[in-house]
Formats: sequence, structure tokens, C-alpha cells
Amino acid sequence: MAATAFSASKFTQSFSLNSTRSVDRPPLFPASHPLKTTPSSFLGSTRKLSLSSPSSSTSRRRRRPSRSPAVVAVSEVVKEKKSKSNVSLSNPLITNEEGLELYEDMVLGRSFEDMCAQMYYRGKMFGFVHLYNGQEAVSTGFIKLLKQEDCVVSTYRDHVHALSKGVPARAVMSELFGKTTGCCRGQGGSMHMFSKEHNLLGGFAFIGEGIPVATGAAFTSKYRREVLKEADCDHVTLAFFGDGTCNNGQFFECLNMAALWKLPIVFVVENNLWAIGMSHLRATSDPEIWKKGPAFGMPGVHVDGMDVLKVREVAKEAIGRARRGEGPTLVECETYRFRGHSLADPDELRDPAEKARYASRDPISALKKYMFENNLASEAELKAIDKKIDELVEDAVEFADESPLPARSQLLENVFADPRGFGIGPDGRYRCEDPKFTEGTAQV
Amino acid sequence: MSAILRKIIAPGGIPAWGIRVIASRTYSSSAGGKEMTVRDALNSALDEEMSADPSVLLMGEEVGEYQGAYKISKGLLDKYGPKRVIDTPITEAGFTGMAVGAAYHGLRPVVEFMTFNFSMQAIDHIINSAAKSNYMSSGQISVPIVFRGPNGAAAGVGAQHSQCYAAWYASCPGLKVLVPYNSEDARGLLKAAIRDPDPVVFLENELLYGESFPISAEALDSSFCLPIGKAKIEREGKDVTIVAFSKMVGYALKAAEILAKEGVSAEVINLRSIRPLDRATINTSVRKTNRLVTVEEGFPQHGVGAEICASIVEESFEYLDAPVERITGADVPMPYAANLERMAVPQVEDIVRAAKRTCYRSVPVAVNA
Repeated sequence: MAATAFSASKFTQSFSLNSTRSVDRPPLFPASHPLKTTPSSFLGSTRKLSLSSPSSSTSRRRRRPSRSPAVVAVSEVVKEKKSKSNVSLSNPLITNEEGLELYEDMVLGRSFEDMCAQMYYRGKMFGFVHLYNGQEAVSTGFIKLLKQEDCVVSTYRDHVHALSKGVPARAVMSELFGKTTGCCRGQGGSMHMFSKEHNLLGGFAFIGEGIPVATGAAFTSKYRREVLKEADCDHVTLAFFGDGTCNNGQFFECLNMAALWKLPIVFVVENNLWAIGMSHLRATSDPEIWKKGPAFGMPGVHVDGMDVLKVREVAKEAIGRARRGEGPTLVECETYRFRGHSLADPDELRDPAEKARYASRDPISALKKYMFENNLASEAELKAIDKKIDELVEDAVEFADESPLPARSQLLENVFADPRGFGIGPDGRYRCEDPKFTEGTAQV
Repeated sequence: MSAILRKIIAPGGIPAWGIRVIASRTYSSSAGGKEMTVRDALNSALDEEMSADPSVLLMGEEVGEYQGAYKISKGLLDKYGPKRVIDTPITEAGFTGMAVGAAYHGLRPVVEFMTFNFSMQAIDHIINSAAKSNYMSSGQISVPIVFRGPNGAAAGVGAQHSQCYAAWYASCPGLKVLVPYNSEDARGLLKAAIRDPDPVVFLENELLYGESFPISAEALDSSFCLPIGKAKIEREGKDVTIVAFSKMVGYALKAAEILAKEGVSAEVINLRSIRPLDRATINTSVRKTNRLVTVEEGFPQHGVGAEICASIVEESFEYLDAPVERITGADVPMPYAANLERMAVPQVEDIVRAAKRTCYRSVPVAVNA
């Protein structure tokens, strides 16, 4: 594999692996120089966002950040590799099967989300729905490298993470429709996808809420190996979250703990530059999120999140590190969401030129192009996949439509794992033993 | 006789999407038929207070450029600039604490939480830094801050976005908790809150933002202010008292209409303020009607209704002709599925049934939780 620039040594050379004490360690990210070249090349602008004075703005269409156009900021390491194997015809990064798998997963994510938008506008879905269009490379690039036992923790933008992790499209669609055949039986909804079988630990509505949960899952993995002596437990956890989250206290607390205890976790930042209507540059003192990793003693990597192959390379290394017990990694993926924050967001603040720029870097088209150029797949094969996914998504919608709504008795279920938590009824017995309780006719 | 407290889960009812409240009758002299949405009422109140006092500032997520996550602060950034309308990063604990600190030193911040669910990340500062400071410093440090945002259930937003925090905040001494219902309430109470020298938790409701209510000329005046701690009798009656706050006032009024057709005259009280609770008004009303139904959206245990019931039992016990009925949300995290969500939130039929029960006691007492 031509990915020499990504060999383990790059990540670990400055670490003293045996010690967890970070007191005496020098700054760690190997590829950083004291003067990181052209910080302004990152995100294509200077730190100073043009703040036109409020009185000058007359229209509701507010001023947009003035950025210098077209920057694809790529971390040093990836740049090196790219120059070595520039869309290398002799050494493609993936095999034919892998390519098709990646393609299928991304197309599934995209079609599913498009269908969600349609269904929302038809009233079949309700509440808050946050779509993932444009960011598929991150989900596919990372999650397709995981085993079933590895955990994924996500945010409210979790449909595609669920699909990549293996939750059937039917289950996700039914959950969105609020039907009892959904992955959470209709009780969770769009923002709260859970699957014990696939180790998808949610789906959290609050920003940053999932990061400590993911850290806990990683902690468990380490605990099982070291305390419970399950020697082969090398499960890794991935925490997905956005740029806005990186200003939240929980993020920093977990970076600290994960590095301190060398937890098998990868913190994946999906930096799509916008938190609802708040530009990342307006909200963050130092917008380069990857830098926050070395501050806590773990490598921080920045990668082009619109390119699934680059993401995959970085992911391999980071997940490998975690599996080997070398500790956490912070990966910042520069990506973009093509739609608004949610289906209720008018999305007026983002510059159409910016949207167009990222649309031209659509990860699915990029992968397609790569596969054709490297003769990894034919037009027909990809078309067949497109068709298959369309049918799958249609089938999911039909299934969800025909599924029943939850029964009345479901309202009181699952509040406690031990339903005796509902207490003792007036007849002296546990309330949950009263047959009327589960019939839904009991007064609660 | 022990007051037996009950709550019903009802099937069907008005779909969560389609709730529309008929405009309520208010007591202020209505000159001209002007209507105003709650959203505009809040916006105008903020606008007026910010222009009257330069130390008033607004901070929160998306309040500036996005014009407010629910468009409450529309136009304020243009008018007052980014130094007084501050878009914060997503860091509730941080910016709430920062606002409290600013309030210690004489500014009058208005902190917006995108929903009150997110205030849980900041609740340490609301309670420990804001509510308790005046006491701990024996009066040296007062905290003239307002925490506002939508509270309670919206439609189909799931368990983490639907909790009602009235009971939690109202149990804390040092805080004032206000719950407006219509536009007049929204304007008057928000202005009062901003002028108040103590920390105020201002619980709005997302589904009410778009509702339009008639508003009097008096309420449109920029010095209009409602007293904190005074409930309002929205509708007079003589058979049963229904006490509610926020969105449930609309439901209570609808229930009162239905009851009127059946010969039951219901008195509807709009609490407006949960801390301090206007026990005098409620007690006076119950002494008149002898029956009480409390309505709230939040969880039943230790809720607002529980406090009101205790208050009545302590002060007007002999006047009660029937046990107090408590209508609350279901004792479960809010489900997402539409039909389950309907069951988890009180509906108009529940209020009607409860009121009838207090009047005729026609349905036998059942299990409580």
C-alpha cells in the first residue's frame, strides 16, 4: 500500500508509550512545525471575518463571511502522500470490492436523506430532521472500517451513521415515521437512533452530549480488557460531532480523560463550518480544531472530508492506533452539508458561492471519478448499485408506511429496565404486575 | 378526607400539529381591535427595554445574525449592533456563567436558551451563581438577569427537547419564574422581568409564538409592565376553578367553553407567575367555587399542581367540596411517535373530564401514580 506517509511512526514518534503522565511531554503532533505554514490557507480566509457595520446592512440577506475562494486545506501528511501517488494509476488505494462497498454506502446515505426530505414535506415525518447530504465521505470513510462490536456515538445528524453501521434502512425509516417497527419502536425519533445489536449508542440532541458517552464506551472496552481480563477485547469507539461542539466544555474534558487514560477512541470532528447559522469562524478563537488534540497529548489530524479515500486512510491509522492501545486521536474532517441545518432551516446565511464550491467536490462524484480513472468499476456496475439503492429506499418507505403505529400500552414501557420502578400500587402489589398497567387502561 | 390526586391518559384528541387557541378575553380595556403574535410581543418588549436602558444586552445562540432561532430577536442585531446582541458559541455553561458575572457588575443581560432543555447544561450557574448570590452576599450582590427561552413540549421533537422546567426552577428560592400565555402577558412580564433586580426565569412556549391575541393600547405602551406574582382570572365562573399556565391556559379556556355548554361554569386562572405563586388568588377562587382542577404539561411528581394542591389543603381545606384534580403530562419521557406523544400531553378532553368529576364525582376513584 502506498500509504507510507501514514505509517504508524508518524503518529507515535514523539510519544513515550509507557507513560500516561503527560506533564513532561513536548508538543506532540509530528507533522506540525512551530510556524505552521500558511494558517490562512485553512478554510481559505484570515481570522478576521469581515464584520460590516450593522447599520450598513439594509436587506435581510445579511453579509456573508468574505473568504478568499477555493481552498482545500489538507494536512501536511496527506499532502505528502498525494504528491507521491497523485491519483496513482499504478497503486490505487482501494480494491474493486472496497470501492463498490464505499460507493454503495455513500449512495445509500444520500438517497435515504433525499427521501427523508420528501417524506417530511409530505408530512410523514415530523419534528426536527437533520440531513447529512454532503458529509457521506466521513461516515463511510470511518464506519466501514469498524467491526460490529465497535461502537459509534453520534449527534442528531445520525441517520447516515446508523445506516453505515448496519442498521437496516427499513428500521431507520420506520423510526422516522414513528412506527413500532422502528429501531427504537418509535420512541426515539430522528435524533435518537439507538441499536444495541449494531453498537450504535445514539443519537443525542444536545451538542457535545455524545462525547462523554463515547468516552465511556471506550473506557469500558479498556476496562474489560484490563480488569475483566477479556484479553481480546480491542473494541474501538468513534465519536462524531460537529465544529460547534468543539467550543463546548464537555469536549475538552473528554479529550483530557481519553488522553490521560489512553482510551481506545477516535474523536471525529465533522467540521462543516456552520452551526445552524453561526459560522465556525465567528464562534471560535482558533478555528483549527485539529490543534486542540496535541494540547491534550494526542495527535490532531486535519483531513479533507469530501474525499472518502483520504478520510479512509486517516481513519485506518487512527482506528489502528486505538486498537493497539496507543490511545485517542482527534481527526478534523473538513466537510460541508449541502442542505440546511434541519428541514426547518431557511439556510439564508450561507454564501451560495461557498455552497457551489463544495457541491463541486461532492464525495460521491469524486469517488466515481476515481474509480473510473483507475478502472476499478464500470459505469454499468455503478448504475446497478444506484438502482439497487433506489429500490431499497423505496422498499423502506413502503415498509414504514405499512407498519403499525405503536400501541397505547407502549407509552408506559421502557421507562425503567425494571418496571417495579413504577412503585407499589394501592393494593400493595407492584404496579407493573397489575394487568391493566400494560393494557394502557390503567390510570397513571 | 385525603385529597386524592389523579391524572388521566386520554386517547385521541387534537393532533399535536393542529392546535389553535381561540383568542382569549382579557381584562384590560380593549381600545381598538389590534392583534399581536406572542413572537412580536416578545420582540417589541426586548426592543423597548434595550432602547430604554443601554446596560440591557441579549446573548444566546443564533440571536443575532440568524434573527433568533425562533425569530424572537428579529431585527435587534441591526438595531443595537453586535456588542449588545451577542451570538455565542455553543457553550451554555460558559456563556450563562459569563452573563451572571456581568450581572454581578451592573449589566442587565438577557440570556436566551434555544430551549430550556439546554439550560440543564447551565443550571449550576442559574441556581448557584444567580439565584443564591443575593442571599450569600447578604444583599451586596444582586443579579438582575433574565433567562428566557421556549419551555415544554413542541411537536414531535422527542424526549430531550420536550421537558417542562417550571417545577424545577420554581422550587429554588432566589429565582422568580414567569410563564406568559398571551401577547399581553408576554410583553408585560418580559418588561417586568428585565426591570427586575433579581434573576428571572422566563418560560415561553414554542407553539404559542405564532399565536395571535388581541392586545390593548395600554399594553402597547412602552411603559407597560405587569406585576410579578399576580395571577389573572381569564374567565370568571362559579362552579369549578381551573388553574393553568402557559399553553394550558388556552386548553383550559377551550374546556371552559365546552363545560359552559353542559351547564358547568368554570373559572380559569392564568397563573402568569409560578414563583412567587399567587396563592391568594387561587384560594379566593376556590373558596368561591369549592372545586379545583390544576393543569400543567410537565411531569406529575413534584409538579406545579402538587404545590397548588398542598397550598389549598393548607389554607382552604374546609371549602373544598371535592378532591383536587391534577392534570399533568404522562410520567414518561416524551415519546416521538405522534400517537404516543398525544397521549403523553394533556388534552382538552382531559380537563373537561376532570372538571366534571369534581362537579359530579361521576367516575369512581382509580389508581394513582
